[in-house]
Amino acid sequence: MIVLSSISKRYRMGEESFNALAGVDLHIARNEYVALTGPSGSGKSTLMNLLGCLDSPSSGSYVLNGRDIASLNDNELAQIRNREIGFVFQSFHLLPRLSVLSNVAQPLVYRGLPPKERERLASEALGRVGLASKLKHLPNQLSGGQRQRVAVARALVGQPSILLADEPTGNLDSRTSEEIMALFDALHAEGQTVILVTHEADIAAHAHRVIRLVDGRIESDLRQSPREAACIS
Amino acid sequence: MYQLIESLRAAWINLLAHRLRSFLTTLGILIGTASVVAVVALMQGFSDSIKAQFADLGGTALTLSARNEFSNWNTGNINQLALSDIDLLRYRVEGVRHVAPVMGVSYGGRVRYKGRSASPQVMGTTADYVWVERRFPEMGRFLVEGDDQGRRRVAVIGPKLRDDLNLPRNPVGQYVQIGSEWFKIVGVMAKRGEVFGMSQDNYLIVPFDVGRALQGQNRRLMFEAHFTVADIDEIEQVKERVSRTLRHAHKIAPGKPDDFEVESADQLAKQFGQITAMATLVLGGIVGISLLVGGIGIMTVMLVSVTERTREIGILKALGATRRDILLQFLIEAGLLSLLGGLIGIVIGIVLGHGIAALIPNFPPASVPISVAVGAALFCALVGVAFGIMPASKAANLDPIEALRYE
Repeated sequence: MIVLSSISKRYRMGEESFNALAGVDLHIARNEYVALTGPSGSGKSTLMNLLGCLDSPSSGSYVLNGRDIASLNDNELAQIRNREIGFVFQSFHLLPRLSVLSNVAQPLVYRGLPPKERERLASEALGRVGLASKLKHLPNQLSGGQRQRVAVARALVGQPSILLADEPTGNLDSRTSEEIMALFDALHAEGQTVILVTHEADIAAHAHRVIRLVDGRIESDLRQSPREAACIS
Repeated sequence: MYQLIESLRAAWINLLAHRLRSFLTTLGILIGTASVVAVVALMQGFSDSIKAQFADLGGTALTLSARNEFSNWNTGNINQLALSDIDLLRYRVEGVRHVAPVMGVSYGGRVRYKGRSASPQVMGTTADYVWVERRFPEMGRFLVEGDDQGRRRVAVIGPKLRDDLNLPRNPVGQYVQIGSEWFKIVGVMAKRGEVFGMSQDNYLIVPFDVGRALQGQNRRLMFEAHFTVADIDEIEQVKERVSRTLRHAHKIAPGKPDDFEVESADQLAKQFGQITAMATLVLGGIVGISLLVGGIGIMTVMLVSVTERTREIGILKALGATRRDILLQFLIEAGLLSLLGGLIGIVIGIVLGHGIAALIPNFPPASVPISVAVGAALFCALVGVAFGIMPASKAANLDPIEALRYE
């Protein structure tokens, strides 16, 4: 589903330029559960931005579901993000003035769906993350774990190809982290492709495949049996 | 379409979230609109009242007068109507109904009654005057044909003159002195009221020939002929006929200008309407500059707001908002902000206009045509959108990664 070939990303900072990514080749198939790890500065965030179509590579090709992403313009990238990618961020990134329901329905606005349909899909998605009772709450009325669940629901609502989570437990305590990870495990079990970016080993342990980046290159790409898979199913 | 409604809703939520700031931002627009609407309301009221007064003057009445350029007055070669022109008008032009010669009588001294005196306008005219002007006496009678033929020293007065001279409530039968001559009052005209603080009822009417005698034979006889047409739709044709007849009678060679002019009251009204429309435009335009200042205020605050909401914009972009979506949302927000300010401004402007009109003595009541109110509202929205373009495109062009990272 995802095919990256010799992807490079070069950033220019004043006179100097450096390669955040230097020739990354990567295949990710449907329903994989992948963790991208690596020390800070290793290029994992850059890779995530590329995978999430927030950015285009300096060179190389990125084919997502048979479409070459590198050749798309801003508007087309926005559409891909809207339809193919579900983002979950470290600091939740909910819209503070909108209700939980409206937050989750927001991506559907850009698909031009009528309000009734949006609300139906959004409350369905909130049901999947166990927040069906909090539809009218504002984000600041929820706990961190609940907010991240809202963010997951928002990521899921458009039925994206990829669920892309950037340090999804970075702002959560360990118990809540486990809850969120259990949620990801369950979504994967339902057939969702999940890509996690994390620097925490025990979070990465949930994944079936761990890709470690160092200095903009893939250092290792290991398949593993997930630690708590048994406990989830 | 859904997106448009959605943008409106989002804009509304954002404006409500910062009520005080939104209000202060739009204050410039509010004040600007209020001033424009107040000015237009006052000018419109002014022009409406003038139109109404012209209508009172008799929309169907036409005036034939001698035409004199400035050079005529300078050289003393002054055109004037002949008494025979009245007869021409009355008997030789088809479509003319009533004709009344009207002269302003210059009389020496003042008009006196029992030790009181006044200086009314004194006019000489004939019995037909009531039919031409459609103004009738309230007490007693108007002039009759016999008054003119018999050179009777009778007068019809305006109610203001009656009050000024302290005449009895019904002064018919009393005698007033004009210069050295005594006149018997036979009627009082109906009250017309004031125009811009000037009473329209301070006058005295005497028979035409008596008026001529009163001002003396050595003065130049200047008079106008007021007349009506039988069919209001034929005004232009009748004017044409009058012109032809008089040119012939005055022996004016083809190509030479007329030595007379025919004007209708509504023509004057139209000219006046053009003048007030122009004045409204100029005044409104000057005040309208304050709207631009208001627009700049909106632009400034929107720019700050974009910076403040950078992360939110990043989130929306990550969720799939295109540049157009973001642009639209901020444009709508600026437009809505400005429109709301404008709507409040319109209401305040109307109140202000009426208030000012009420405060100035004798100023006609203000009036705001609905088209002006709607136009002002639309213009405000337009100002908001125009000044929103810069902040909105700044928002739309934000890089999603940078924006998401923004703290």
